[in-house]
Amino acid sequence: MKKVKSLVVVLLLMGLALTGCTSKASGTIKVGLNLELSGEVASYGEAELNGIMMAIDEVNAAGGVLGKQIEVVKLDNKGDAAESTSVATKLATESKVSVILGPATSGAVKASVPVANQYKVAVITPSGTADDVTNDGTKAQPYAFRICFIDAFQGVTMANFASNNLSGKKAVILGDSGSDYALGLAKNFKAQFTKNGGTIVAEEAYTAADTDFNAVLTKIKNAGAFDVLFIPGYYQQVGLIIKQARAAGIDAPILGGDGFDSPKLLELAGAAALNKVYFSSAFTSLDTDATVVKFIAAYKAKYSAEPNMFNALGYDAAKLAIDAIKRANSSDPVKIQAALAATKDLAGVTGTVTIDALHNAVKSAVVITLKDGVQTSPVRVNP
Amino acid sequence: MQQFLQQLINGLSLGSIYALIALGYTMVYGIIKLINFAHGDMYMIGAYIGYMGITVFHLPFFPALIFSMAFCAVLGMVIERIAYKPLRNATRIAALITAIGVSFFLEYTTMRFMGAEVKTFPAVLSDKSWIIYGLRINFQQIVIFATSIILMVLLQIIVRRTKIGRAMRAVSVDADAAKLMGVDVNATISFTFAIGSALAAAAGILVGVYYNSINPLMGMAPGLKAFVAAVFGGIGIIPGAMVGGFAIGLTETMVSGYASSLYKDAVVYVLLILILLLKPSGLLGKNKKEKV
Repeated sequence: MKKVKSLVVVLLLMGLALTGCTSKASGTIKVGLNLELSGEVASYGEAELNGIMMAIDEVNAAGGVLGKQIEVVKLDNKGDAAESTSVATKLATESKVSVILGPATSGAVKASVPVANQYKVAVITPSGTADDVTNDGTKAQPYAFRICFIDAFQGVTMANFASNNLSGKKAVILGDSGSDYALGLAKNFKAQFTKNGGTIVAEEAYTAADTDFNAVLTKIKNAGAFDVLFIPGYYQQVGLIIKQARAAGIDAPILGGDGFDSPKLLELAGAAALNKVYFSSAFTSLDTDATVVKFIAAYKAKYSAEPNMFNALGYDAAKLAIDAIKRANSSDPVKIQAALAATKDLAGVTGTVTIDALHNAVKSAVVITLKDGVQTSPVRVNP
Repeated sequence: MQQFLQQLINGLSLGSIYALIALGYTMVYGIIKLINFAHGDMYMIGAYIGYMGITVFHLPFFPALIFSMAFCAVLGMVIERIAYKPLRNATRIAALITAIGVSFFLEYTTMRFMGAEVKTFPAVLSDKSWIIYGLRINFQQIVIFATSIILMVLLQIIVRRTKIGRAMRAVSVDADAAKLMGVDVNATISFTFAIGSALAAAAGILVGVYYNSINPLMGMAPGLKAFVAAVFGGIGIIPGAMVGGFAIGLTETMVSGYASSLYKDAVVYVLLILILLLKPSGLLGKNKKEKV
């Protein structure tokens, strides 16, 4: 009996080992998606997924790229940096994709960049805006690219908006202490705001696990008079903070970054609280540019909803990847990386993309006003 | 002074939530000496059941509250029957590990059926706030505080004045002796779980309404803090859980308000370490010497 049992175990183990071998479909080009599809920041990943799939479906319907259809390998990094690393590794080694799109959040992207460099598969993030995602300040990460603006630009834009458009002299910063995105944004805002002659009256922090902000908001309210409240962070906490801030009697204008651009913000904060709220974004559905209008119509037809910044960025990132594959004339990840680094003046719905030496895209931003929860009055700011 | 009073109000509503959850921990520990780590998730399930009651069955707030409390009472009894009763004579560590397993099971089952993302709780309670002497008091905060006090008073009445309460107290002192005196120990234990889970469910709905958002992992942090509160006040002692809950809630708020909100969790856990070092039986606990 013992011999039979051990024989069965050995056969089972062999079977398990063999399941790792998958047959490669040779007639397709594989594109990997490393996106936040569950967890705290799922809204961004899901939105980008919609944009990416719309672009890929468009290209596939028109015959694919280099005569082959694009095959998508979609994996969920759950908004967690460690998971992002393992997903990137899986996509590069097991699925052997030609290029990886995503993650959406800076922390997760940074965690996947070492893998990209090691296995030489380029990572294009549609919305990772922290300054050090694609470069260390002087040298670019060879296999990391982005098509969005960076937090240095975003923070500066919002600081200038606060000083010039809102005539604010005193600001309070309430930032997420646990995300690279928020920390970078806060730092850049502070630097520019003080350069403009303003003063930061108080600087407070919260963590992603918090839901009760009454204590810190009461503290802010009693810290002295201030003109603007800057909240760098993701929608899940920002929505609650705005609601509790307005309920606590804080009526000052609230400013933020692209993390505000999610339908969940309206759900969490409620339309009544979303007044005098301003945030920077890469895209606005109020844009009258012809390409944008066409994109909005196509998106509405496919998904029955107005597109937001993350849908548009996902779409542009996918289009960039496909364009690079075309220019490289190959599905080899190394050649695609070279093509990506040489991208110049590629038209997209979020503006024209030129990849610079630090693998950043030089893009303009739009400062959007929220009135009763509805986006209005976009103000375009160029770098 | 005004900021202090405002922070006091914030702390009291936070404290009442912790107190409601801590009561469940303390009652279950008192009766079968088990730290029910799945209790925080009962609070989360209460919030989700309330959410479903309001969105699917269109119940107003108080019927949804009763519905959720009833559902979680039954769920608590079922969990006790399936997961904890078979291990009643096993080692304490086995029961503890099972509790952690039940916790994961509840969290990920909810994630599977309701999705992992945050859900917004419909606004069923009015958002009105009043300004009295410069202090802002929200109607919802008053409801939270009042509901918690009423439930705690009800619990005290049940435990002190009813037959089943007497049975609960008897089983906590000595289960075998209680059995010899004719107390149905199994039914008493089930009843304890039912009440504890109902209180946690009430806390869950109140939090859902007040903070407007629920997610499958929302039970972890408050569950842990409520556990600290129960230990701080004296685990196994019901007034201790109430005292502990308010103490932890007020501490957290004051640290947030006067020091940095990044340290509030650290201070709470340091308090736990201190109480275990200085007075392990808790604030209201008596040092029971083990008599051989």
